[in-house]
Amino acid sequence: MSTNNLSYNDQGGSDSAVEVGQETTPTSSNAGAGFGLFSTNFKKNDDLKEMLESNKDSLKLDAMKRIIALIATGKNASELFPAVVKNVASKNIELKKLVYVYLVRYAEEQQDLALLSISTFQRALKDPNQLIRASALRVLSSIRVPIIVPIMMLAIKEAASDMSPYVRKTSAHAIQKLYSLDPDQKEHLIEVIDKLLKDKSTLVAGSVVMAFEEVCPDRIDLIHKNYRKLCNLLVDVEEWGQVVIITMLTRYARTQFTSPWKEDGLFDENSETAFYESDEKKTKNGDEKKSYMMDPDHRLLLRNTKPLLQSRNTAVVVSVAQLYWHLAPKHEVGVITKSLVRLLRSHREVQYVVLQNIATMSIQRKGMFEPYMKSFYVRSTDATHIKSLKLEILTSLANEANISTILREFQTYVKSQDKQFAAGTIQAIGRCATNISEVTDTCLQGLVLLLSNRDETVVAESVVVIKKLLQTQPTQHSDIIKHMAKLFDNIAVPMARASILWLMGEYCERVPQIAPDVLRKMAKSFTSEEDIVKLQTVNLAAKLYLTNSKQTKLLTQYILNLGKYDQNYDIRDRTRFIRQLIVPNEKSGALGKYARRILLAPKPAPVLESTYKDRDRYQLGTLSHTINTKASGYLELSDWPAVAPDQSVRNVEVIEPVMIHLYFYYPCPLITQSSSEAESDEEKSSSQSSEESDKSSSQSEKSSSESDSEQKKTTKKPPQKKTVKPTLRLNHTFFLVPVLLSVVPVSGYTVLSQSKCLSRSLFSLCILTPCPLSCAAALLQVSGPAFVPEKRHDLLHRMTGKGLSAQYQFPRQPCLYQPTMVSVQISLTNTTDHPLEQIHIGDRGPTGLDMHCFNTVECLLPEASVTVSLGVDFNDSTQAANFQLCTKEDQFSVSIQPAVGELFLPATMTEQDFRKEQGKLLGMNESSATITMAAENTTRQPISRQVATVANLGVVPSGQDNIHRFAGKTASSGAVVLVTVELRESSAALITINTEKSVMGPMLLRDLKRALTRA
Amino acid sequence: MIHSLFLVNSSGDIFLEKHWKSVVSRSVCDYFFEAQERASEPENVPPVIPTPHHYLISVLRHRIYFVAVIQSEVPPLFVIEFLHRVVDTFQDYFGVCTEAAIKDNVVVVYELLEEMLDNGFPLATESNILKELIKPPTILRTVVNTITGSTNVGEQLPTGQLSVVPWRRTGVKYTNNEAYFDVVEEIDAIIDKSGSTITAEIQGVIDACVKLTGMPDLTLSFMNPRLLDDVSFHPCVRFKRWEAERILSFIPPDGNFRLLSYHVSSQNLVAIPVYVKHNITFREGSSQGRFELTLGPKQTMGKGVEAVLVSSQLPRGVLNTNLNPTQGTYTFDPVTKLLSWDVGKINPQKLPSLKGSMSLQAGASKPDENPTINIQFKIQQSALSGLKVNRLDMYGEKYKPFKGIKYMTKAGKFQALLSN
Repeated sequence: MSTNNLSYNDQGGSDSAVEVGQETTPTSSNAGAGFGLFSTNFKKNDDLKEMLESNKDSLKLDAMKRIIALIATGKNASELFPAVVKNVASKNIELKKLVYVYLVRYAEEQQDLALLSISTFQRALKDPNQLIRASALRVLSSIRVPIIVPIMMLAIKEAASDMSPYVRKTSAHAIQKLYSLDPDQKEHLIEVIDKLLKDKSTLVAGSVVMAFEEVCPDRIDLIHKNYRKLCNLLVDVEEWGQVVIITMLTRYARTQFTSPWKEDGLFDENSETAFYESDEKKTKNGDEKKSYMMDPDHRLLLRNTKPLLQSRNTAVVVSVAQLYWHLAPKHEVGVITKSLVRLLRSHREVQYVVLQNIATMSIQRKGMFEPYMKSFYVRSTDATHIKSLKLEILTSLANEANISTILREFQTYVKSQDKQFAAGTIQAIGRCATNISEVTDTCLQGLVLLLSNRDETVVAESVVVIKKLLQTQPTQHSDIIKHMAKLFDNIAVPMARASILWLMGEYCERVPQIAPDVLRKMAKSFTSEEDIVKLQTVNLAAKLYLTNSKQTKLLTQYILNLGKYDQNYDIRDRTRFIRQLIVPNEKSGALGKYARRILLAPKPAPVLESTYKDRDRYQLGTLSHTINTKASGYLELSDWPAVAPDQSVRNVEVIEPVMIHLYFYYPCPLITQSSSEAESDEEKSSSQSSEESDKSSSQSEKSSSESDSEQKKTTKKPPQKKTVKPTLRLNHTFFLVPVLLSVVPVSGYTVLSQSKCLSRSLFSLCILTPCPLSCAAALLQVSGPAFVPEKRHDLLHRMTGKGLSAQYQFPRQPCLYQPTMVSVQISLTNTTDHPLEQIHIGDRGPTGLDMHCFNTVECLLPEASVTVSLGVDFNDSTQAANFQLCTKEDQFSVSIQPAVGELFLPATMTEQDFRKEQGKLLGMNESSATITMAAENTTRQPISRQVATVANLGVVPSGQDNIHRFAGKTASSGAVVLVTVELRESSAALITINTEKSVMGPMLLRDLKRALTRA
Repeated sequence: MIHSLFLVNSSGDIFLEKHWKSVVSRSVCDYFFEAQERASEPENVPPVIPTPHHYLISVLRHRIYFVAVIQSEVPPLFVIEFLHRVVDTFQDYFGVCTEAAIKDNVVVVYELLEEMLDNGFPLATESNILKELIKPPTILRTVVNTITGSTNVGEQLPTGQLSVVPWRRTGVKYTNNEAYFDVVEEIDAIIDKSGSTITAEIQGVIDACVKLTGMPDLTLSFMNPRLLDDVSFHPCVRFKRWEAERILSFIPPDGNFRLLSYHVSSQNLVAIPVYVKHNITFREGSSQGRFELTLGPKQTMGKGVEAVLVSSQLPRGVLNTNLNPTQGTYTFDPVTKLLSWDVGKINPQKLPSLKGSMSLQAGASKPDENPTINIQFKIQQSALSGLKVNRLDMYGEKYKPFKGIKYMTKAGKFQALLSN
């Protein structure tokens, strides 16, 4: 012991000596190692301090790197705090970052000094660069100093309404930090969470749900309104966020929807066969089950999570699996099997958790994993805990049909060199034997053979298992008991010895010759036995005394005497109890008469069941499930409500849509010249148009449009375009002939009739010039939309669509399918009382606009709605995309009419770049107008807001207060679009638009004029 | 979520710690060390260990334990997956993930960990974004840094995090635009004594190395996409296009990444590319045993089987072996009883075999364990499942990229059980 201590000290000493050697090299040191730890620390810090106070960044950086290395190895560097904090405002990014790391680590210990740094962060919170704002908020909120709670609160609130989604994401993280620092802020934080939950950005969603889970997981009411949005966003959220959202939605769904399992009760009873058939009968079942109708929101969740089973992130896959397990109708749970089995090829730790979950599932639903039984075969290279989990699963999967295969597999396991595993296999065989009565005898024979195995653990385990098996059918196995009695001398494992003794006692009447002899041997060796063996010896003695007292009376008394003076109090206790019970004397009283009945009562056979039997009380995939105890912060999964709470809480109130009328543009392809008359009409009222379309809706698209145009007054004839040569490059461009009788007073969606001629002529010009892709486009970086209008436009009225109503909106997200496309979201609603099937996009008509269709919506239940997204390449023109929206029975011609402002993607650029670009786009490419601004539109924010509403443009930081700049590029060709709003005296303003797209320029100008002049 | 991280080496020393919330004392690792002591093998340490106030979730890779400390309920796989992602990132940055590499680059490691988690919640785990934030150390850069005093931390702020394609950095430029795809399949199988297959499954991946300028949008189509019924994708792949058209459409990350992994399960018929013939006898009472092993190709689609390596754990009773390989070299370690035979290439005309005698411990009885042999091999230019890429198209950029595809089959956990 003392030598150990000494060597330990020695090592410590040499360690610190080495440290001194390393740390003091730069300065000449005369503080020897003899001064011990304190002086070296002092010395070392002095040196670092000096470096930090130098003027050179490189020295400071060196010092910081060494300090970080100290922190990383767990050494204390808190004394350097003042010297480090001074560098918090350094220009050098790496230095600054390292200072941040240091600050976050030690601020808690040095609260007063940490306050010195706060003002730097406050300043950075106002920086124009979103990444700097975000990182400032990140560090500020990580400083665990209670005094700054109000500052943090303010910063979080501000950041939550920041333009940049990245900053908003950071604020969601900060919420959790503030909450752990000061739980009293809960109410205020919930307000912020509520606000952020409404955020539409995929960046924010995961983080804010995380904050929700930490701060107020019980406020389910905050989720209602965001439920559908979260479901729809889920696929695009980053993987870590997906896990959190799915877990939260699982809990949510269990409180809001009724159980889909009630009708499925019969599947459980009929077990596998019903389960397999159910797949084929699925559709039929759906019709049969009138009494249970799945809430469309419930369905939405299941449908939107399913593709995530193919995520590369194992945590996502398992969270979807648990969602299906806890929420899906029983016959649909099968879809998760394959994905879970796939995960078994992943890292060892992943396998461990996945196997645990499968173990729990396989107890309730054998059928799910039975086809994959071979995936659970044990490999010699598996870790021990993986092996035992696989055994567990194989045992659960065993049934009459596959038991012979499994037992054959088990036979090889028993021979494994890993004896612990072999013992586990024997237990598993025992479980199979009890569960499946057909093989009990076979198993028993096999186990008896194992009794002659050379390995002690195998033999011992076999004995224990045989004991349990014999208990289940005690009638005829006296030879096995005799065989075991013979083995008794050679077995040393206490548990096995105890088991044999118990068997002897229990069935002593079957082996009357042998039992007393065994007791005799035990009496000899009693004192040297283990405690459990002693206890069983006492038991055996008592039982033999009762059945065969003639032979064993003296032996029993001898053993009871030995037990009386045993070291272990349990054994002394037991001996005393047994003596009173069996040896008749005057004090024993009434109980003695029943001794026989007490000791030799028929005992219920032990039930050999899985240790995973009760794990299903925990939500699958959780930590609590893994460790089989409730982890702190575990949120119970509630039972299904008997009656579903109000469904309408999830309805999002539609922001009163501005009435937009459909214009009929008749596009004529240049190549396939036709003399068809293109007419357009402006509808007087939506009701009128719907009536008209109603009549024609059963007809095909073409006839419908013809009939429409016939019904209406033909107003203008389109110009004959036969003159245009079909060799033009842009042979997919169409002429737009907007012919309007009057102008509907809605911003952004009308084409003034006056500008018609102009635009037409410019349009042809535009076609003749092959669009040069501006080299500047490469400079442009597309940024997120500044503002997403909530405006929805009618695509198909429910009257026209025979109950199918469709609305579309522009989410202003870059299109996923192709970068040149504009993404359009269509929400389909079924207003009928029967499900609509196979909603898809049919014939796209002769327009030939490049479109990316949504996947067919297989079934839309009554009152349900679904949002699908679509990509349309409008080729930078405002022509409508015409296509047919089809259901199984009907086809409806619809068209999407983009406002010019929706054809852009916002871009970020500096003011200089803006000027440079503007310089290139003068003359014909410039259009401008002077307007009188509405009174409230004279400051920056309203102007930005108005411009952003009209067009999807990004704000360019401007040095002058009276000039506001916006930039973007067109979606299809990537041409630059620059907008300048210059305020003049007395609310006059000059709007200038520079773009090489000379049709779009004037159109955008007109829209902007209207928006800015409007009160 | 994740509170702290401790890195523990194989001798049980904590050599790095990082805390994302308030500091957790490193004494919490004592519970881990206890479990480590109990475990017979390093792999047997349970991944999740509950302690009175914390929970320890650990992964073991490259002989380093990454021990995460958490305080409250969190899906364990979330933590495990993240830890593996950390290891992958280190490997990506330093080439190897060893204790020495981590200690040498402790500052970069710290910067990385700082960016990867915010308050215990993953922030940036995409290697492309991280590389924009913190440049990986290279020898050249280290030299330049020491001379000029410049830093590893990226000067510009990353934009990838803000875009809708967070996995790709912006402003990528290459003079040679190239895209390479490697289809690598690993076959796992257990072959029983008589040579019939107990289980066989194929685990395939498509690894890509894409070096393309700008924002290319790629589509990859297969000749036989029906094979891929069990797949997982890199987040860049558009699920919907896959479901509708069985086409992989994606904007690729820059550099190396795993596009997808797939699994051809044991239910499908899997061709076994090699067979093993063997004859091993131990005679009761005799101190000699005979050993004979022959390998041969089987269903290899005309491609040669290369880099064959056979290893087997012989029973404890075997003292030594005296074997003759017809090709390659063999070694037998009398201490670990590990026999390994480096065969090389299989020549179908002249099958490789290993014959000879084993000397057994005198008086020891016939070993009752089944020896198993593990076989490793490679087959170039062929994917065992028959998966074939049809074509690769690029949209969104104007240049013509150079495209390449390579197929390879490897043995994964390929075991044959021998009779005794």
